[in-house]
Amino acid sequence: MIAYLIRRILYSLPILVGVNLLTFALFFVVNTPDDMARMQLGIKRVTPDAIEKWKQQRGYDKPLLLNSAASGTDKITGTIFWQKSASMFVLDFGYSDDGRSIGREITTRMGPSLAIALPTFLIGLVAYVSFALLMTLFRATALDMAGVALCVLLMSVSGLFYIIGGQFVVSKLWHLVPISGYDGGMGGFKFVVLPIVIGVIGSVGSSSRWYRTIFLEEIGKDYVRTARAKGLSELAVLFRHVLKNAMIPILTGVVVIIPLLFMGSLLTESFFGIPGLGSYTIDAINAQDFSVVRAMVFLGSLLYIVGLILTDISYTIVDPRVRLS
Amino acid sequence: MSFVPVILWSDALVFLLLLAGIASAWYVRQREHLLLPWRRVATSSVAMVSLLVLSFFLVVGLLDTLHYRVALPEQSNGKTVYSPEVLSVFDKLVTPLRAQTEKTYSAPLAVTLYAKESTSDASGNILRDYPRLRYGGVHLTDEQQRDGDVLWRGLTGALVGLMVGLAIVFGSKRWLAQRGWPLRALLIATLIISALIGMTVNLAAAYHVLGTDKVGQDVLYLSLKSIRTGLIIGTVTTLVTLPLALLLGIAAGYLRGWVDDVIQYVYTVLSSIPSVLLIAAAVLMMQVTIDTHPQWFDTSASRADLRLVFLCMILGVTSWTGLCRLLRGETLKLRELEYIQAAQAFGVSSFRILTRHIMPNVMHIVLISLVMDFSGLVLAEAVLSYVGVGVDPSMISFGTMINAARLEMGREPMVWWALAAAFGFMLVLVLAANLFADAVRDAFDPRFNRTEVVT
Repeated sequence: MIAYLIRRILYSLPILVGVNLLTFALFFVVNTPDDMARMQLGIKRVTPDAIEKWKQQRGYDKPLLLNSAASGTDKITGTIFWQKSASMFVLDFGYSDDGRSIGREITTRMGPSLAIALPTFLIGLVAYVSFALLMTLFRATALDMAGVALCVLLMSVSGLFYIIGGQFVVSKLWHLVPISGYDGGMGGFKFVVLPIVIGVIGSVGSSSRWYRTIFLEEIGKDYVRTARAKGLSELAVLFRHVLKNAMIPILTGVVVIIPLLFMGSLLTESFFGIPGLGSYTIDAINAQDFSVVRAMVFLGSLLYIVGLILTDISYTIVDPRVRLS
Repeated sequence: MSFVPVILWSDALVFLLLLAGIASAWYVRQREHLLLPWRRVATSSVAMVSLLVLSFFLVVGLLDTLHYRVALPEQSNGKTVYSPEVLSVFDKLVTPLRAQTEKTYSAPLAVTLYAKESTSDASGNILRDYPRLRYGGVHLTDEQQRDGDVLWRGLTGALVGLMVGLAIVFGSKRWLAQRGWPLRALLIATLIISALIGMTVNLAAAYHVLGTDKVGQDVLYLSLKSIRTGLIIGTVTTLVTLPLALLLGIAAGYLRGWVDDVIQYVYTVLSSIPSVLLIAAAVLMMQVTIDTHPQWFDTSASRADLRLVFLCMILGVTSWTGLCRLLRGETLKLRELEYIQAAQAFGVSSFRILTRHIMPNVMHIVLISLVMDFSGLVLAEAVLSYVGVGVDPSMISFGTMINAARLEMGREPMVWWALAAAFGFMLVLVLAANLFADAVRDAFDPRFNRTEVVT
């Protein structure tokens, strides 16, 4: 198991290197730092001096890959690639345009992101699986048809609608919770409840339908027939056998997103004014703060890869047949 | 009035897609075994009604794709000068909607503006009242007549629409029945759609049916224009996705070895970056390129248009990995089958095996995933525009409409119609696309349909 994990982590290193090279190419080669400086300082009236100053402030005034002016190891380390891109491997994300440490921002903003994303994820999982089980129990009846129709309808609605509509009805018409804001501790409850509810409703359609497909596929298998032939009730078949066997396909889709919960949700956080990583990313995109976007891209893929490894581990827990070696 | 046709980049791509669509339809028509799943789709009433709705959107989108520039009256040294404004045939058809802009917000079917303004009457007294609109309901002498007039216009419009619908129904009934298409559902849908169109057309002649936005533009016009943007995002993206996924997917599955390793590595890297972030990063960089090269674009429309094309490409590059993985898996399965081995034993070249034996047998996966992705892309456009990495802010789209209307959420009383219109049109488009995609999947996926056997 340990050996497998180590090998698995080593396998994922090349992928991170690939992500790193890709972001490097995207941010420094497609457009040179000069282009970025010109864009940020205004296109027309910009002097070479101003560009140089902008680059120097951000440490972009070095060669891209090889610093031939320096000597020794500085040839490699005195470059943009080494200082801006490769340093992300040790989680050193550098500084944003307003001079703050990105690493510190990430650690302080993870909390609020998790406060929304984790409950949304857990409540959502239970709700979707229960709804899907209900549809499976009443499969091929009017109830099932209505459930599927509802799912298709819900998944055809734009995610923005749930947020805007929810804010309008709950906060503006009924005055139940504040429209936006955030507070740590118990006082924050009134701020997080609406984003969580909307987050859960937002993906009822696609998720429940997907789980229903999984359950229906399981229910056609031989072990279900055996269980029924034994005289088990339909409920016992569903909960004791189908649900357990459906765990593998469910875990495949679910475990991988657990680490990504840290990143929060872009839309929810920016609409509800939650100071998490999602709104941090959106602000960075709007302010065209390239170093923050680059850091988030790297962090996102790092967490995704962690999720993939966790998925493999979770298989061994739910399915004793799977051995990692 | 002379004009010069303009073919923007996205127009060219749409025409290319249209040609490809017609060519493949013609190809499928010749071959009964390829036609069979489509016949199954055609028996589903939900699918056919969705298709009818989609084709309405498609017609609007296509009309909006034929662009031209009008010649200006003055000439410079004997040469005609063309207006910098790029119009489309659709703009021409709905000229009143486009040209009749009010001062600012007005509610749907309103005759007055949404906010009070100070006006002075003949004797110089200053009054605060809702001023009348410049175009909406100007034929009325008294605001009180509005309800009756709206009712009358709506009813007569619906009636005329119904008549036209009935004519279409009776004209096409026999033709439809011969094909075994779901007659009743289609006829009812035709009647409803034509009545709705008739009602809207008749009302739009005198009112702003869905109100006006902040700068007084008609919301109905904006919504109809957004259709083209949504359709382009949903379809042109496949032009990038399809070749990448198809070529790399079957190459990886069939050739295996180092080719497989490299391709797998590339798509694992791409798919490990959360897609919104990758899109955001790529769009930010594209913005830098566009902003630092203003000389590339002669009109603002062409700049916005190129940005749309780039957005489609970026969406395509970030979304081909899922399909590629599916195709690789399927090819791995297929290459072990006897008929492929027989072809290999006969000495057929790899290229020929790939194009002749493997490609046709994975096409159902390609088709299913293309129609399933369409609705997701339409929805993604709105979200991306909100995040600030969507289409050009000057381009009319559902995303920009929602974005502009969202800022007015805090207004009291709320300006709701622009949001409602954008969400409503999007819902109809995406719902129709989803239902149609489901029918296509059911008809093409061998796992879903084993009962019908070709005889």
